[in-house]
Amino acid sequence: MALLEIQRVSRAFDGVLAVNEVSFQMDEGETVSVIGPNGAGKTTLFNLITGLDRPNGGDIRFDGESLIDLPPDAYARRGIARTFQHGRVFGNLSVLDNVLLGAHSRRRATQARSSFLHLARELFYGLFWPSSVRQEEQILRAEAETILAQFGERLLPRLHQPAYSLSYANRRRVEIARALLLKPRLLLLDEPTAGMNPAETAEMLEFLHTLKARGQTILLIEHKLSLVMKLSDRVVVMDEGRVIAEGAPEVVRSDPRVIEAYLGHHRTGEGVAADEVAANHAPRAVVADFSEGAI
Amino acid sequence: MESFLRTFSDQTINGLVIGNIYAFIAVGLALIFGVGNLINFAHGSVFMVGAYVGWICMTWWNLPLAVAFVVVALVCALVGMAIERFALYPLRGAPPIAPLLATIGVSFMIDQAVQLLFSRNPHAFPNPLIEHRFQVGGVTVSAIDLLIAGVGVATALTLYAFLRFTRWGWALRATAQDREAALQMGVNVNAVNRMTFAIAAALGGIAGLLVGMYFNTVYPTMSFQATFKGFAAVVLGGLGNVPGAVLGGLLLGLIESYGVAIFGATYRNLFAFVILIAVLVWRPNGLFSLRPRVAQEPLTGTFIAKGRPVPTPKWLIATLIGVAFVLPILVPNPYLLQILTNAWLLGMVALSVTLVTGTAGQTSLGQAGFMAIGAYASALLVLRLGWPFELSMIAAAFISAILGTLLVFPAFRLRAAYIAIATLAIGEIVNQVILNWEGLTQGAMGIAGLPPPSLLGWQMIRPHEIYYFSLALLCLAALVQWRLVRSPLGRTWRSLREDEIAAQAFGVNLNRYKTLAFGVAAWIAGLSGAVTGHMYTYISHETFTNTTSILALTMVILGGMGNLLGAIVGAVTLTALPEVFRGLADYRYLVYGLTLLLVIRFRPQGLLGTD
Repeated sequence: MALLEIQRVSRAFDGVLAVNEVSFQMDEGETVSVIGPNGAGKTTLFNLITGLDRPNGGDIRFDGESLIDLPPDAYARRGIARTFQHGRVFGNLSVLDNVLLGAHSRRRATQARSSFLHLARELFYGLFWPSSVRQEEQILRAEAETILAQFGERLLPRLHQPAYSLSYANRRRVEIARALLLKPRLLLLDEPTAGMNPAETAEMLEFLHTLKARGQTILLIEHKLSLVMKLSDRVVVMDEGRVIAEGAPEVVRSDPRVIEAYLGHHRTGEGVAADEVAANHAPRAVVADFSEGAI
Repeated sequence: MESFLRTFSDQTINGLVIGNIYAFIAVGLALIFGVGNLINFAHGSVFMVGAYVGWICMTWWNLPLAVAFVVVALVCALVGMAIERFALYPLRGAPPIAPLLATIGVSFMIDQAVQLLFSRNPHAFPNPLIEHRFQVGGVTVSAIDLLIAGVGVATALTLYAFLRFTRWGWALRATAQDREAALQMGVNVNAVNRMTFAIAAALGGIAGLLVGMYFNTVYPTMSFQATFKGFAAVVLGGLGNVPGAVLGGLLLGLIESYGVAIFGATYRNLFAFVILIAVLVWRPNGLFSLRPRVAQEPLTGTFIAKGRPVPTPKWLIATLIGVAFVLPILVPNPYLLQILTNAWLLGMVALSVTLVTGTAGQTSLGQAGFMAIGAYASALLVLRLGWPFELSMIAAAFISAILGTLLVFPAFRLRAAYIAIATLAIGEIVNQVILNWEGLTQGAMGIAGLPPPSLLGWQMIRPHEIYYFSLALLCLAALVQWRLVRSPLGRTWRSLREDEIAAQAFGVNLNRYKTLAFGVAAWIAGLSGAVTGHMYTYISHETFTNTTSILALTMVILGGMGNLLGAIVGAVTLTALPEVFRGLADYRYLVYGLTLLLVIRFRPQGLLGTD
């Protein structure tokens, strides 16, 4: 059975179908990338998979269980962790606290069956700090530092600095570390290399390769196609809310529908296509990737 | 039947006339919200200034009514522009809650200034119109009713024409729709802001004048009620929606008028608060919006400046506690001890505010409501059921925690500034219920003869006894809170303050953690309220007012949001300052308002830094 099954999922905003009957599946241990021009519906799809938004139709199943009626905070407990497109670190929290929050749903206090027990436990633990809680904190802290150590000396010396003081690239790393401390069964990364220079991007690619080699299941949104092609087992291409192609990177790369989606919309007329290509810097970056022979 | 119809139609006229005045206030609030995305707490103060200026025009200078209208509109427009220029303009780019808090500071200052100039007592406002009442088709209408209706319609048409057909009106509407785009198209958005304040303030001032004439009286405390009636009307009509504000005002007037006819006059103010919360929670876009507007809410709902807390070594805190405990021996001055006792009890309230507002990010302006619940719970347990104080005090804290959290629960889904308004309304509702539930609370009479606090037979009557008791409670509350905010629970609270969406994505159940924050806070505030009540020996619905809530928030902002020591330092400073400089005692609220303004402007992280 597939780990994640997306079945004919749709989401409309004011009559515009941002996600239109999208279906695909992911197996445990797979790395799948979702690519497509800006406005293709990738982030909306991510929000649907992580419970921030509800589909108008279709079903999303994780490990056989339907997710779409669960409250947003229930997704983490099932092992789904994500990063955000524009970055959402907790600005006034330290780097360490940011990462530790990723373990929220793993903490003993949050495992209680009823909400009353949960609150009572949090209060009791918070007031009396029993040794079990201290131990748990120490273990989580050690795990957090191990994860951060994988970014070399970029974050370890800044453990106690507030996240707002970090560079853009470092905030992305903190977000990924936070997601990893959840020990996710499914990790969703929304443009993890946005705003990174080529050296930092290469470093991130290497990091993601290590994750993948350890068997981490990854669903990735990324505009840098060279990274996508090197990392992914499979690529799902979206345009205007639909999946227009799906398959191994080398197959997708030569699909004429994909090239059309990136280079221009012939069916919407020449003028529009030119405008769109000019207006969106991301597709332009992709065009550059194409011309460099990156794929 | 006929008398019922007569009453009904009279109440309708009444409601429409009052509603007309609410509409005036609401339109100003809606304009300011639309253009500046700001909830203006100083609006009622401008309204009150309008009433006083009108009163001066008519009784001191004997000006004709028409001239009085012009003077009121001009003076209030100037006041509005001054507020915008000196209190709000410097806060461009600050978190959205900062200007809101600044307007609270301004309203404190204006209200106290008017009190100092004209005394707190009401002044009679002569009705310059003929007293004759007309019978129109079985309905009684007075000249003032007609005047209010006439001014209302004329103003509405003028405003419509202005917004629709003039360049400035265009600029205003463009700024309201998209500030950035208007700026790029060459609209001077700062000038538009100031003009909006001028128009809104002029409308508010005229409303004040009309209210003064209608009720034949002016008094300083009319300001807060006006602000709240305006909020309720605006929220009914949909925030930022000007025609909606007019309809909301009329509707609120009718609801109040019928409600008073059915339930009695003491219920008058309850309706606005209940409507305010109900609409905010269940129809946040107002009654008249067809589809929800795109949410403009900022990400963070509280006022957390970047920065780290000032380091406070353990020995320093130990020394401070030591000094506080030996002080009564060194300086056995009962007056000083009384003031510090107040500071300790208010310090507990400040701690509770800093927990919900600073640590958990839910700006609360209703903390006095929790105190009132605690005080009444303890008083009733002792006087009705004969409980000993030790038990009643603890029970009161838990009753406050449970009842308080239940009351705030519907507002958990609100974010940003709306939670501040909702909590303020909840604090008011508590007092309105106390006022009206006579069987339980003795209503407006209040409860007298509370025994002084006691512990195992030790009655605390002398100042140093209650001093030690309240200091010990403060230390206990601070210790409890310190343990909690340093634990993983504290980390979780901070995460939802910083970014609710991200916290939720990592499994944080927002409602549960808000429940915990408000529960603990209401427990501490309720405990303080119980002790305060027994210390005063008398409590009423006017003992724990929104002023106390706002004062507690000011203490927290002064000390540094989320900073425990900061909350206590803020409490001591603001309680002691007006007393140390004895001359300042009469200017207490001017000092509070000014403190709030200056801290927000020049040291947003507070004295000891946010934590």
